[in-house]
Amino acid sequence: MSAFSAIGEETEQDQNEFTPGLEPQPTWCPGCGDFGVLKALKGAAAELGLSPDEMMVTTGIGCSGKLNSYFNSYGFHTIHGRSLPIARAAKLANPGLTVVAAGGDGDGYGIGGNHFMHTARENHDITYIVFNNEIFGLTKGQTSPTSPMGHKSKTQPHGSAKTPLRPLSMSLNSGASYVARTAAVNPNQAKDIIVEAIQHDGFSHVDFLTQCPTWNKDARQYVPYIDINDSDDYEFDNTNRSEASEMMFETENALHEGTVLTGRYYVDEDRPSYQQEKQRIGEMPEEPLAERYFDDSYEWERTFDNFLDKHK
Amino acid sequence: MTDHELIWRIAGGSGDGIASTSQNFAKALMRAGLHVFTHRHYPSRIRGGHTYTEVRVSADPVKSRGDGYNFLLALGDSFARNPSEGAYYGNEEIKPLSENLDELDEGGVIVYDSGLLDASEIEDFDERVEENDWHVYDIDLRTIAREHGREVMRNTAGVAVTCAIAGIEPDVIKSLMADAMPDKILEPNLTVFDDAYEMVQEEYDVEAPDVSAPTGEHDEEQVLLSGSDAIAYGAIDEGCRFIAGYPMTPWTEVFTIMTQNLPELGGISEQVEDEIAAAALAIGASHAGVKAMSGSSGGGFSLMSEPLGLAEITETPLVLVEAMRAGPSTGMPTKPEQSDLEHVLYTSQGDSHRIVFAPGTAAEAYYQTRKAFQIAYEYQIPSIVLYDQKLGGELSNVPASVFDEEPNADLGSVLTEAELEDAPHDDSGKYQRFQHDTENGVSPRSLPGQKGGRYLATGNEHMPAGHISESPENRVAQMNRRMQKVDNIRAELDADGEFNTVHGDEDADLGLITFGSQQGTVEEAADVLNEKGHSVKVLGVSEMMPFPKQEVADFLDSVDEALVVEMTASAQFRGLISKELGGYGDQMSSLLKYNGNPFEPADIVEGFETALLEGEELPDNRTKFVPKVGE
Repeated sequence: MSAFSAIGEETEQDQNEFTPGLEPQPTWCPGCGDFGVLKALKGAAAELGLSPDEMMVTTGIGCSGKLNSYFNSYGFHTIHGRSLPIARAAKLANPGLTVVAAGGDGDGYGIGGNHFMHTARENHDITYIVFNNEIFGLTKGQTSPTSPMGHKSKTQPHGSAKTPLRPLSMSLNSGASYVARTAAVNPNQAKDIIVEAIQHDGFSHVDFLTQCPTWNKDARQYVPYIDINDSDDYEFDNTNRSEASEMMFETENALHEGTVLTGRYYVDEDRPSYQQEKQRIGEMPEEPLAERYFDDSYEWERTFDNFLDKHK
Repeated sequence: MTDHELIWRIAGGSGDGIASTSQNFAKALMRAGLHVFTHRHYPSRIRGGHTYTEVRVSADPVKSRGDGYNFLLALGDSFARNPSEGAYYGNEEIKPLSENLDELDEGGVIVYDSGLLDASEIEDFDERVEENDWHVYDIDLRTIAREHGREVMRNTAGVAVTCAIAGIEPDVIKSLMADAMPDKILEPNLTVFDDAYEMVQEEYDVEAPDVSAPTGEHDEEQVLLSGSDAIAYGAIDEGCRFIAGYPMTPWTEVFTIMTQNLPELGGISEQVEDEIAAAALAIGASHAGVKAMSGSSGGGFSLMSEPLGLAEITETPLVLVEAMRAGPSTGMPTKPEQSDLEHVLYTSQGDSHRIVFAPGTAAEAYYQTRKAFQIAYEYQIPSIVLYDQKLGGELSNVPASVFDEEPNADLGSVLTEAELEDAPHDDSGKYQRFQHDTENGVSPRSLPGQKGGRYLATGNEHMPAGHISESPENRVAQMNRRMQKVDNIRAELDADGEFNTVHGDEDADLGLITFGSQQGTVEEAADVLNEKGHSVKVLGVSEMMPFPKQEVADFLDSVDEALVVEMTASAQFRGLISKELGGYGDQMSSLLKYNGNPFEPADIVEGFETALLEGEELPDNRTKFVPKVGE
């Protein structure tokens, strides 16, 4: 019998299950795009029939890092940029968990960029939502890795001399097997994409455009948006890597020219997840490791019997 | 039984097989009933560069590399970078012979491979040989090796010559070779061995050896292993089945041993992008209910500072190991030092609360690693095993019975789903995992996936169910509870009373104090001092945090004065004692060594007699004496 009975339990959930019955109320500003992520995640979790006790949501630091304060599940609000390594270890330890990591553009593409690349490369079976508002919000409006060139802020008084980072292209090139972009102003698409991302066996990256009405007033509110999968103007095959790559490049350019493109950019259902690869080479047990510590019949190996002969 | 010792030094270039040859030699003599202890000296290079390993062999137990040595097998550096005299680093090919002469005892033996080395290139070689009464055997090992195998087998030829000269039974070595070598290379190696052995027997008078190996017997079965082995085995026996790391010398050894063994134990090893990720993965796995560890050496451990603090405030069990090497920065990657002490005790923002053990021997490394896991999981706190390149890499014989212990996979203070049903929850159904008032400061945790256990772990200060809070009352309650755990751990360690060691006569009036890997060396120095008529005892401290204040104060109160011995340049350990005890500065002097080599017993004897007792300057800069406060 599992020591983790919440995992895989058949449940019918209302999305309110994922709203804590008690304070805290979100500290996000009125009109903040972060509400859109919270709502989409709640909707997706309910649609998937997940229970709050089988989900683990890890976050970084910033306004986005508060996501798991307002979402009712197991949560780990980590340190700046480090939500991914904690998330992927929890998934390796107990693969039955539904693990969602989240953070902002500074958190995921700046300080945590190395983890982002490597988690994508390894194709861990987790979902990563990046709240991309093209700015540092919580620290009051500094230029971020996705801020457009020329962006003026207190830390870039003459306008940023740097070209913005290309999150979708970076994700694809690093090895993510599901790459999408959605926007807070597009709640239905956002929920659907998060459902797909959680269901996907492998690393799913959702670049989530979240408008910051307080510190990025000049920026677009990401409307109107275009869903590239529904639009006749954007024909491409999102299972074809090179077509996906071109579409991403165009999308990243378009954002800074005033056109908000969203949708599923790349989907590779064939690539095995990291867990599957690791099991294939015999470096990860078939049974969840976390269960073993509750298995009274398990005979724990010991050095004296297993390893001393080669030292004699 | 004989009362003399063989200290055999095999010297060559990196890539010449020095490490494996010396390991086989040490194991063979251990099997023959002798006590052995090795010391490795190597550069941070793959191919070439002078490297040696010393194997000390004695009929009696040994705790250090000893002083000097009496048998040199100089193979020469076959991968030398630039053999010309005018090269920046000098003629490297000859270094395995030329660099090792200063420390060779009078009357010692030199065997060198005349197929590669020309002793006439060394200034005053013949004069020095005569002056020191060295016995020189110039033997063309290379040609012997080439005749029956490959050139690299000249180390086998060298071992055979050693056996012939030092009176070691060939079968002692040959039976081990049979165990250690695959058939394909065993045959030619045995032929090379026999050829070299017989050649010495025929051409030299070996009836009256210049330096001979002792004989002895063990009263129980022994195993030959390193501190790194012992740390890994301690972790495995505590049910650790997850490790994450990034390669860095010398921590890589523990990482490698774990990684090679975990698959067969159904465990997981992750080599990740950097040490920040490594520590974070260990936290993530532990949070999810798997006993986990990570580790690094100085620079990599610096990157772990922030995750370490996260483990403290989220009360996530975490075991880290830190293998010190000479710093700052990249420093000397393959050389031991103890100068990460303060770094490990205090790094990461805020008031640190963690456990730090510094074992002194391989057996202590095993026990203390186990205890580190037990405390980490019971008290939900980071535990760090602090060691160095010396303890990690040196091989010694340890009774096999040390490891005849039951495994312990207990996750510590974790609730089951049944227990969670009766545990306190807040109105949204979140488990109050960080309750203010608990019996021993520990608030039991739940694990993701457990029904009724959800809560928020956060690096921010938090309320009982995990929600972020800056309320002064809650802050003080949570802080006090977390700090209280450290006091309770101190009390538990005091009750156990097993990790710090006192050696020597209880009534001695002078003290030596050290920590971690220098313990055995300092104890041997004390034995020498006592034989010379001094009255000295040793305190070896392993519990670095929480600090054993009473035990150290009692020791200092019992002696007139003490010499604190450590491998740092700024007397960090002495500073720690003064800080923790709030005094005793006028009673403690320091003997420091930071030249890249660990202490030898003679360094300490000299520092004690010349500097501490006689108040004279030390003759060279190998060690540094720092007098007590006020002098």
